[in-house]
Amino acid sequence: MDILYKIFIDPFVQMGGAPDLLVQTLWEGLVGGVLYALIALGFVLIFKASGVFNFAQGIMMVFAALTLVGLYEKGVPAFLALLLTIGVMYALALGIERMVLRPLVNQPDIILFMATFGLTFVLVGLGELIFGGEPKQMITEQLWLPKGAIDIKMLGGLVSLQKIDIAAAVIASIMVAGLAVFFQSTRIGRALRAVADDHQAALSVGISLNQIWVIVWFTAGIVALATGIMWGARSDVSFALEIIALKALPVLILGGFTSIPGAIVGGLIIGIGEKLGEFYWGPLLGNGIESWLAYFIALAFLLFRPQGLFGEKIIERI
Amino acid sequence: MMIRSIALAAAAGCALATALPVSASAQESIYVPLFTYRTGAFAGSGIPIANGMSDYLNMLNERDGGIGGVKLLIEECETGYDTKKGVECYEQVKGKKPVITSPYSTGITLQLIPKASVDKIPMLSMAYGLSASADGNVFPWIFNPPATYWDGASAFIKHVAEKEGGLDKLKGKKFGLVHLDAPYGKEPIPLLENLAKEFGFELKLYPVPAAEMQNQSALWLGVRRDRPDWIYLQGWGAMNPTAVKEAAKINYPMEKLVGVWWAGGDDDARGGGAEAKGYKSLNFHAAGANFPVIQDIQKHVIDKGKSQVDKAKVGENLYNRGVYNSMLIAEAIRNAQKITGKKVVTGEDVRRGMESLEITEARLKEIGMEGFAAPVKVSCSDHNGHHKVYVAVWDGSKWTKGSDWMEPMKDKVRPLLEAAAKDYAEKNAGWPKRTEACDKSS
Repeated sequence: MDILYKIFIDPFVQMGGAPDLLVQTLWEGLVGGVLYALIALGFVLIFKASGVFNFAQGIMMVFAALTLVGLYEKGVPAFLALLLTIGVMYALALGIERMVLRPLVNQPDIILFMATFGLTFVLVGLGELIFGGEPKQMITEQLWLPKGAIDIKMLGGLVSLQKIDIAAAVIASIMVAGLAVFFQSTRIGRALRAVADDHQAALSVGISLNQIWVIVWFTAGIVALATGIMWGARSDVSFALEIIALKALPVLILGGFTSIPGAIVGGLIIGIGEKLGEFYWGPLLGNGIESWLAYFIALAFLLFRPQGLFGEKIIERI
Repeated sequence: MMIRSIALAAAAGCALATALPVSASAQESIYVPLFTYRTGAFAGSGIPIANGMSDYLNMLNERDGGIGGVKLLIEECETGYDTKKGVECYEQVKGKKPVITSPYSTGITLQLIPKASVDKIPMLSMAYGLSASADGNVFPWIFNPPATYWDGASAFIKHVAEKEGGLDKLKGKKFGLVHLDAPYGKEPIPLLENLAKEFGFELKLYPVPAAEMQNQSALWLGVRRDRPDWIYLQGWGAMNPTAVKEAAKINYPMEKLVGVWWAGGDDDARGGGAEAKGYKSLNFHAAGANFPVIQDIQKHVIDKGKSQVDKAKVGENLYNRGVYNSMLIAEAIRNAQKITGKKVVTGEDVRRGMESLEITEARLKEIGMEGFAAPVKVSCSDHNGHHKVYVAVWDGSKWTKGSDWMEPMKDKVRPLLEAAAKDYAEKNAGWPKRTEACDKSS
């Protein structure tokens, strides 16, 4: 009986008893969720364009953040370093298209997937070779990102909003919305959807597969850079950041691999769900449940919608 | 046919020619493999330690021609702080007759403990690994000086008691343990649970899964809700700077956040910015470059371009940790040479050397480490020594000494540790009884 009370009643009593902590938890979940959505978006874009799960998305995030900080440490002014990093991500997209994707056109998806594994190790090695493995501090102030917190007295307590988190949420939201509009409503977006449906059919109507791939990988690189800056500011810039990218997996399971709105909604559900779960139900299970709770939430959704929240329902007639 | 014979003879000659110098050099040198991690998620902590370990041993080669006139053959094996890779490294090096191994990971150490006595290769898990392995009667091949994780946790409790006005004042207090959810992070739990019962404080556990090292906000909201009076941080790698940042974010008083010695890297505290000022960490050696030993490393290794270290990082806390680790290895080899009378010692000799190791104040001065560390004494039954530690405080830019050297609660730790060692041997069926004789000096 006691355990049922602890699971079904006590967390809600706690929410009512300290509403400021509930708001704080929701805020932390929202910030985390928006950032997860941004990471997931990187995966979705590439999956839509080439039907491949880009295992290298995590290391692209590390590589982009390391390039930015590394250039700054070499004496390049912060905003110039940012521009140069964008250039590096473009060069990377171009290189990947030329050396990895183009030779593998029409190969089974699993071959492309394995190629992204290889790409991961190449980028890890390259990153360590150029920048070393030591952690670096993100240049938040130099990029005019705000510091400090806004403390709001409310609901009989205090809610503290870190300015960097607000900036992260705003920037990520703008990027997510901008990318959603770009890929839903522009000519390139339509071309991308055509490529996603059928490579050969898209080629036959004059869509340049190579050009689309470069655009998509470059966009995923920009997304990786933004995510790297935000997560780097919350911790430090090191190869450990790569692990964070795996957080996108439950988001993708939930939102569907091909849906931009799915990545957004999935990110928010996972972000808020895991923070609420860790904070209110975590102590029942000895804390530290966040890493598997996200998958639990995603799998629970899949029981009802196997194709994900916004994934395409595939009906095959036999 | 003739050509084939000539070719075969040439190939055999080449093989012999290449094999001979290797075996000759192996005979005249002492092989010391170093398990390091310069890559992966934990490289931030692994790199400075790897540099310190490697530079000290290289300095002995450059300055003194090795130890006792015998060159050290130093070889790094990259583990990435991954237990599987660490075991692979061990299998890779064990055929080359290492005189000691130093896994630099509690997970790897736990896997290698049963192998050490079989392969006759002693293992140094310096202030990490299995706390119970300090019992030399059960673990004759494992050494973990100068202090165990249990000593560290007890020193933390002692420090808190000193600040709160005595051990009796701990009753009713709430302590949090923020730890990596891995064997390393969980090590101090049994000791803290025991002390909680004895002194009447409450212990709350906050595990951080490796996948969430940089995503700790929910955990620290839990800290904000529970308001523990003091927090002990048993973190590693990217977990530490994130924890310090999150603590600052919830306005947790920094002077009440105390890390184990592995949470005391310069980058761990630096990441927290100005708010990290006052953060504490236990330590068993000094930080800084103002020691003759570090200057010798600078002169004989770094200035000659034989090190991988960034010059600005020489003397940082974890760099010095690596130096200290290699100093223990070198002193054990030197002691082995002394007690066996041999120049080229084996693993079995170094086990004896380690077991009768005594590094006095005078010896520390001789090796350029006066004031760098406290004296160390290891014995046949006590493979740790439970030596003194101190509390270091981050002043915003560097680690400073924040307390006097203090003894851990050896009287509390040792009986629990011996019981745990006995329990380990019982649970591992067929655990060998100690047959190795104790040297007189130990």
